[in-house]
Amino acid sequence: MPTKPETPAPTGPVTSTDAVVEAHDLEVHFALQGSALARLLGRRGRTVKAIDGVNVALRRGEVLGLVGESGSGKTTLGRAILGLVPATAGSITYHGRDRGDVVVSELGSRDLRALRTSMQMVFQDPGAALNPGMTIEEAIGHPLVIHRKLKGAELRTRVCDALERVGLSPVERYLGKYPADLSGGQKQRAVIARAIILEPEVLIADEPVSMLDMSVRAKILQLMLDLKDQLDLSYVYITHDLASAKYICDRIAIMYLGRIVEIGPSDEIFANPRHPYTKALLKAIPEPDPDRMLPRDLPRGEIPDAAVPPLGCSFHPRCPVAVQECGWESRDLRTLLEEHWTRNPGATYDAERDMVGDLGKLDKPELSAHLGVTDSQGTLALLNRIRAENPDEPFWRGVAGIEDDGNGVRLEFHQPHDPALRPAGGVEVACVLYPDERENEKT
Amino acid sequence: MRHWFNTIWNTRGLARWILVAGLVIVVAFVVLALLAPWVAPYEFNQSKVDGEKLPKLAHPSGDYWLGTNDQFYDIWSRVIWGARTALEVIFLSVAFSIVLGVPLGLVSGFVGGWVDRALVFVMDSLYALPSLLLAIVFSFLLRGPLGGGIVAAALSLTCIYIPQYFRVVRNTTVSTKEAVYVEAARAIGAPPRTIMRKYLFGNVVQSVPVIGTLNAADALSTLAALGFLGFGIQPTEASEWGYDLSRALDDAQAGTWWPALFPGLAIILLITGLTLVGEGLNETLNPALRRRRLIPVQMPAMRADDAIDARNV
Repeated sequence: MPTKPETPAPTGPVTSTDAVVEAHDLEVHFALQGSALARLLGRRGRTVKAIDGVNVALRRGEVLGLVGESGSGKTTLGRAILGLVPATAGSITYHGRDRGDVVVSELGSRDLRALRTSMQMVFQDPGAALNPGMTIEEAIGHPLVIHRKLKGAELRTRVCDALERVGLSPVERYLGKYPADLSGGQKQRAVIARAIILEPEVLIADEPVSMLDMSVRAKILQLMLDLKDQLDLSYVYITHDLASAKYICDRIAIMYLGRIVEIGPSDEIFANPRHPYTKALLKAIPEPDPDRMLPRDLPRGEIPDAAVPPLGCSFHPRCPVAVQECGWESRDLRTLLEEHWTRNPGATYDAERDMVGDLGKLDKPELSAHLGVTDSQGTLALLNRIRAENPDEPFWRGVAGIEDDGNGVRLEFHQPHDPALRPAGGVEVACVLYPDERENEKT
Repeated sequence: MRHWFNTIWNTRGLARWILVAGLVIVVAFVVLALLAPWVAPYEFNQSKVDGEKLPKLAHPSGDYWLGTNDQFYDIWSRVIWGARTALEVIFLSVAFSIVLGVPLGLVSGFVGGWVDRALVFVMDSLYALPSLLLAIVFSFLLRGPLGGGIVAAALSLTCIYIPQYFRVVRNTTVSTKEAVYVEAARAIGAPPRTIMRKYLFGNVVQSVPVIGTLNAADALSTLAALGFLGFGIQPTEASEWGYDLSRALDDAQAGTWWPALFPGLAIILLITGLTLVGEGLNETLNPALRRRRLIPVQMPAMRADDAIDARNV
């Protein structure tokens, strides 16, 4: 049973005239390939909601960080802004300096290609982002050739200029080289040169330093900041590394399972993280001082399946401070049982496995779950044992009632609540722990 | 290109010997074919000199190096003119199949969807049929509009070999188009044609030269088989080894060995040469087979005064 998402409080049309790119209720879904049989029968496969209702604006001249684990949708969001993946719903608007407003998500392929002069991308792996069969001069000048801007001697001058800007000088040494002849940092500089040669306004940088050596990372980030000032660029900086985001970003959006869970100025995010997921990510930053090692209660488990996201808040199964309306459901009960058996010796599993009956039933997200076959007293005792092992487990907060229905136990969960982004002291956060300030003002 | 040339030039060991041996044989045939008008004593269909017939089935001798056959032809001349025919057909058929197969594979792999399905279906059907049968059918079909000449034979061989280039190029394209640099090309606004031409082509044709040379050997045997069966190049159009072999079969049973031996040897030798070149290229260009050899460093002998300098330092 899907949870009805909370409709975001109307903030009025985003009149921020300083926005360069805006995503409005953006959704990007990918169809999963079903089994061979399902395809034969023409059944539609499941869909993964890579982006599930994102509202975000990139302001002119700022660096907006998109931070999240693998699978959080940050790369997809960056690609969608460029129009490299089609939007399923919602819109992306580009407010060009001399192009006017363009709705990227509605453009045809020809107009989309023309838009590339204004929006460019820097890729994660510089070794893979350059055609191995093209010299640096060809590769960097190719955008100008494709858009028929320059040719001949002028083209060469521009290429040399771009190479110098990114710090690949003397240029003569690099013009005739193939990507294989350059180091990782040099290749990434070349990729940046190719991105800026069309003089774009927006640069999407998809983990631009994560494949580089530690020693070059700071240099590349500094180069990006310098170029931003020289060329009036606005960046979307996609990363999983909060430390580098702190270095370069003005604002940070924390993403989890296709949604933004917290967004705000990076100083505020670092000084005062609000969302439990942000807190967990911040704790995961390695501490260089071994004496100051803190206990890291990193989020347990893995990022959930985006094809069937958890009810309520997507983060609740991993959240240490989840409360009753966070969206507890049958699948969490299965996780609870499995964790219990993992903690205890194998004999416990052998003794208890038959007591709970078919666990497969729990895989469908439901607000009530049935456990056990005949011995309802035993099942109840088992649940109590598990609860006694860890009374602070947030799962129990979500259980509204446990009743014995003769041939097992039925657990009822509280009605889930799917929090939308709401302002909370300088940032916006999607968590039920932070009540909407705007509603407080009204009352 | 630069890389290819370097790897070929720097080959060592067995791969180099295979390549060199193959090249020597092939180049010898190419030279013979090019110089045929000067090297061959007679025309390919010349049986008379000054109105007088050449001897029939003459033994190899000083006058007729490889003897003459039952049609009063000089076998040495027939072998040389046959080399010209064979190489022309091989070159044309390989060129046609590359020119058609590579772009088809590129487009099919890049565009995907129903275009890909249709092309793969057609090519797989061609591939499923026995190649000789296919060649016979096509040479029948082409004999009407094109006659029984070299072009018709080359085209009927082309139909056999297109699927190979198509498959190899299409499959490499399907995997290469997922590469980041192809997405980067899209991100800089390259239209599909530019992506195929500038970003995919150079990276998917790597194995084409190897297939080309191996196919050349195969094309020669198919051509000879066609000629042997009488479906190939018409005897009036050009000299062809397979045809000569079939004519010589009856005489060979009677103990006249030379009309069959020399065209047969020519076929075997050229096939061997082309196969060696193909295998040699495969060994050098295919990274899975290529073995790089360490070249031992030769230190210059240390002279006495150098040794003293070194000690002082």
